[in-house]
Amino acid sequence: MLNKLPPLKESPSQTAGPYVHIGLTPSLERITEANVPDLGAGPVPGFGPRIIVAGRVFDGSAAPVSDAVVELWQADADGNHGNAFGRVACDGTGAYRFDTVKPGRVGGPDGKLMAPHLTLWIVARGINIGLHTRVYFEDEAEANETDFVLNRIMDVRRRKTLIAVRSDADGKTVYTFDIRLQGGDETVFFDI
Amino acid sequence: MAIQPFAGGEGGFYARDRAWHPPVASPAYKSTTLRAPRHALLSLGQTRSELTGPAFGHDILNPLDNDLIRNFSQDGSDAIGQRLVVYGQIMDENARPVPNTLVEFWQANAGGRYRHKREGYIAALDPNFGGCGRAITDADGYYHFRTIKPGAYPWPNGGNDWRPAHIHFSVFGHAFAQRLITQMYFEGDPMIWQDPIALSIPDRTAVEQLIARLDRHNTTPMDTLAYRFDIVLRGRRSTFFENRVEGN
Repeated sequence: MLNKLPPLKESPSQTAGPYVHIGLTPSLERITEANVPDLGAGPVPGFGPRIIVAGRVFDGSAAPVSDAVVELWQADADGNHGNAFGRVACDGTGAYRFDTVKPGRVGGPDGKLMAPHLTLWIVARGINIGLHTRVYFEDEAEANETDFVLNRIMDVRRRKTLIAVRSDADGKTVYTFDIRLQGGDETVFFDI
Repeated sequence: MAIQPFAGGEGGFYARDRAWHPPVASPAYKSTTLRAPRHALLSLGQTRSELTGPAFGHDILNPLDNDLIRNFSQDGSDAIGQRLVVYGQIMDENARPVPNTLVEFWQANAGGRYRHKREGYIAALDPNFGGCGRAITDADGYYHFRTIKPGAYPWPNGGNDWRPAHIHFSVFGHAFAQRLITQMYFEGDPMIWQDPIALSIPDRTAVEQLIARLDRHNTTPMDTLAYRFDIVLRGRRSTFFENRVEGN
């Protein structure tokens, strides 16, 4: 049957505000009795090679966004979505960091596999509705070429805003992914 | 016969009604000026990465997570303020309950002050009030918690802006596409209609969806007032010609 008009409207979003840490990362505000431990803190669980995904969040004047909270949702190395959820608060320099696993490929709606990617969701003071984006990996160039989502970005110059840059140091693989909320190299955000 | 008439495929979520939500930039709320993307959001529909989401069980809850009157008590006494029970049902746009989903909440104390290192308001901290809690919805999508009524407070935006009393809510739903953070206001508060953040929502009816109703029926006599605050998450489309496992 065809869809009826849904009877209810989604509750409208409101900003998480500057005091979001009380609710989402309470240990940072020395609240250690309730909501402990912080949800999504520590290494993200999941099967696969361990990687670090880190970067900074900037506003339209290139100032660091020091009060954002970033959430992560992803598949494991086999492409299965288990419970690989992470949450971190940015520090005073706008920096965030996840200790997680490199995801595998997940089937896309066009019947092809999508390139390995992470989903990020960013909230902060001054963000009226949480921003969805994706992290792709520069060392997956071949998969990225055919990815359903990357290919939806008509301005090919903007695709690079979703591709994390790899570096290897001290035996760790680090992918750097900066998030620019606004401006010349503005990150691609999704209406999902 | 499986067909995929729209982006996002079968059983995806209704498109978000962006006119019902606040726009990314609302000039009267100044912090949005440099934090609002200028490019249009790219419509993606949903893939498995958006149709799945984390699940949290009761094992993550501490015994007093849904009791803000007691969950930060340092000396055994209750938090100061008007005692409330806040409860409600989480549903999707199809009016189906959303069971077993995590709800997180945080708020200022009765004087309008947050327990936060960047808080600058002169109102006193309450040593027995932390200001956060969480709950998991029951089989019918209901949550409840005990708290005190937060105070209104001034904030540096316009020359003399005050936030109406409010409680912040974070809800997961069952898919990352349903992820939502919002705020709850209190019935009858005239300050809602002077607040640049509430009024970042263009439609008055949509603002009213965030106003909790006083519920005398669930008031505990001689103890707590009750407010009911229902939350609606995005709902999924039916599938053409086929029944889905989830039911329709």
